[in-house]
Amino acid sequence: MDTQGAAAPGGAVIIGLDGLDALIKALAAGGYRVIGPALGDGAIIFDEIQSAAQLPAGWTDVQAPGSYRLEQRGDGAIFGFAVGPHSWKKFLHEPVLRLWRAQRQSDGSVSAAADPPPAARFAFIGVRSCDLHAVAIQDQVLIGGADKDPHYAARRGGAFIVAVNCTAPGGNCFCVSMGTGPRVESGYDLALTELLGDGRHEFVVEIGSARGAAVMQQVAHRPAQETHRRAAAEVSARAASQMGRELDTTGIRELLLGNLEHPRWDDVAARCLACANCTMVCPTCFCTTVEDHADLTGGGAERVRQWDSCYTLDFSHLHGGSVRSSIKSRYRQWLTHKLATWFDQFGSSGCVGCGRCITWCPVGIDLTEEVAAIRAGQEHGKR
Amino acid sequence: MAAGADTAAAGAADPMMPRFLRVRRTVRETHDTVTLELDDSIDAPGFAPGQFNMLYVFGAGEVAVSISGPPARPQNLVHTIRGVGAVTAPLVDARRGSVLGVRGPYGSAWPLDEAARAGCDLLLMAGGIGLAPLRPVIYEVLRRRREFGNLIILYGARTPADVLYRKELAQWRTHPGVTVKMIVDHAAAGWSGRVGVITDLLGAVEFDAAETIAMTCGPEVMMRFSYRELLRRGVPPERVYMSMERNMKCAVGLCGHCQLSPIFICKDGPVLRADRVDPLLGVREL
Amino acid sequence: MENLARLLKEHPFLHGLEDRHLEFLTGCASNVRYAADEFLFREGQEAGASYLLRSGRIALEIAIPGRGPVQVQTVEVGEVLGWSWLFAPYRWQFDARAVEPVRAFALDGNCLRPKCEADHDLGYELVKRFLYQVHLRLERTRIQLLDIYRAQG
Repeated sequence: MDTQGAAAPGGAVIIGLDGLDALIKALAAGGYRVIGPALGDGAIIFDEIQSAAQLPAGWTDVQAPGSYRLEQRGDGAIFGFAVGPHSWKKFLHEPVLRLWRAQRQSDGSVSAAADPPPAARFAFIGVRSCDLHAVAIQDQVLIGGADKDPHYAARRGGAFIVAVNCTAPGGNCFCVSMGTGPRVESGYDLALTELLGDGRHEFVVEIGSARGAAVMQQVAHRPAQETHRRAAAEVSARAASQMGRELDTTGIRELLLGNLEHPRWDDVAARCLACANCTMVCPTCFCTTVEDHADLTGGGAERVRQWDSCYTLDFSHLHGGSVRSSIKSRYRQWLTHKLATWFDQFGSSGCVGCGRCITWCPVGIDLTEEVAAIRAGQEHGKR
Repeated sequence: MAAGADTAAAGAADPMMPRFLRVRRTVRETHDTVTLELDDSIDAPGFAPGQFNMLYVFGAGEVAVSISGPPARPQNLVHTIRGVGAVTAPLVDARRGSVLGVRGPYGSAWPLDEAARAGCDLLLMAGGIGLAPLRPVIYEVLRRRREFGNLIILYGARTPADVLYRKELAQWRTHPGVTVKMIVDHAAAGWSGRVGVITDLLGAVEFDAAETIAMTCGPEVMMRFSYRELLRRGVPPERVYMSMERNMKCAVGLCGHCQLSPIFICKDGPVLRADRVDPLLGVREL
Repeated sequence: MENLARLLKEHPFLHGLEDRHLEFLTGCASNVRYAADEFLFREGQEAGASYLLRSGRIALEIAIPGRGPVQVQTVEVGEVLGWSWLFAPYRWQFDARAVEPVRAFALDGNCLRPKCEADHDLGYELVKRFLYQVHLRLERTRIQLLDIYRAQG
């Protein structure tokens, strides 16, 4: 069944639906906690899966500003959707995490200990290029500097990535503008391209790592032919032409930082509810806060970290007030951080063009539209 | 001793894990401000003037506080705290023997090495509690006196009762080449010193503006006024420094709270060149 | 008299003043001394002079019932105190107390006013200098008003 080299790093093989199921089971058997797309809460979310049967076969997501709806595709495509409200940061950078517990002894001395990291490593099934870039960005933020988040490091360290080349960009997608997709380039163990039609339903599996190759030894496969590779390339080319949105990133850092008092900020502030949805669904937003608690006896204490958002008033609290008390200033902080100062801090944009913030904004604020408005206002030198 | 934190479970360096130190001594500075000396005699990491620690009160929370003691004796870890918030109030109430959590030191330092290399004069402008983060500079300059030019300490406080380090201020001014000037916002009749604002003091001291490094620390407004007045008097913009303050949670650039446009105040600051910060402070709510 | 003119010329407030103007001023100027805690003037009294401080320190105070006298500003060597003689009804707004023994030049307002009206060159020159002092005083008062060192939780 195998030819020498096809299932080695750099090679590509073909599997069927049964192969996908076998892959999930092989990963689970290998001790991974397998997470993949599944139907839940009226959306395609990321959840623990045991078999390919749990994948959202035949479903797609129809997205527009402030709108997300599931629809039947009329085919059995497993990965025929874009992105849902979840991103992988939910698992790597947990929404709520106890950092440590401390105990006070009778002599007043205190000892503290972190909880042990999770025993099982993650295997992520169906990581899109945009989200893979988002993971790389969070890597840079959380473990790429001098001080590293050990909790993220522990979860990220052994994670097995089964990427998928996007076949169905959503109405709010603009990964092409951000240079983050739709085709995955690196950073995966295995990368799938779903080929569907003319009576066939199979996956091209590109092998990205030695452990990816090792897992594929347990999955029935056949070598990929040149026709398969071409078909996969066509899938990505077609996806690239189907972007629902576009963002002109030319000089975007200077554009935004040079227009901090642009009247458009007032305009968007009048619509923005400061609900923080965009930051929660954003796959790169990393901000957190910590809360310290004592137990009722006063002898025990713990520190809990949870996702925070620059849209909350408390976020910039300083001496009895907030530095950013207006919604205008908080929207500006989010957008300029994401698209401008992120370059200063981490050497890249903080946006991967996944469009989640547009979809899940209750009032449909579209950052591509906001940037375009600022650019237009700037070019015409007026409001 | 206070037990050290067991960080093994989360790997070697967990930046969110405090070490626990005992309060060795407390000094009541004013009605709302206290200096705490912590016993850091085992494995003191040392610090540079201007750096801060995150101080943790068991179960109550954590707050960023600049280190206000001598850098040459880091095993006596000193912080001066004004008890005004949910965490600083219990900190101020800490007693000898109390155990506090400490993370740090964090952040950038005052440009003492630059000042030593240049051998130029040092002009410190401190407002209110802002004298605390500058005190390590004063200790260091007095310890390494020959490496520096004149030391001018200008200090503004709200009232005479709010003046910190009263005895030390009197003692510092006895050192050759050291000038100390003080001013308060308002005073009762018994006060024989100056009443006005800190920038008034610039007119009362002699310094070679072009050959001076200025370090300002205090409320943001005070630092900005001071910066402008220093520029007016000919101090080069690149030689004025500010110690900035923003909400801090993690202190290591991971939580996002303290951002001022591209700057993480916790790790790029708190000490920053005024010519870099001042234009950002001019933008409202940035 | 010649000596007084020379000393006046050295005071920062009058730096660069033309000799003819200085001559005029000298006719309205006198040397004054106050012991520590002596009042130069009291709130509500007729404002009769400006004081060019040569040594010592003067506190501007206002008495607040229940709080006692509060110092709102001090005037230092080289600075000038008082311009209420320029504006009707020519009354002092604050008490001025010598914190330390004070030596100053007093410029008599009743003497200056007619001279300034008669010679607008002199008047303009003086008013410009006073206005600059007011400008500085206003700026510093605004900062004090912000009460930036107030404790905030």
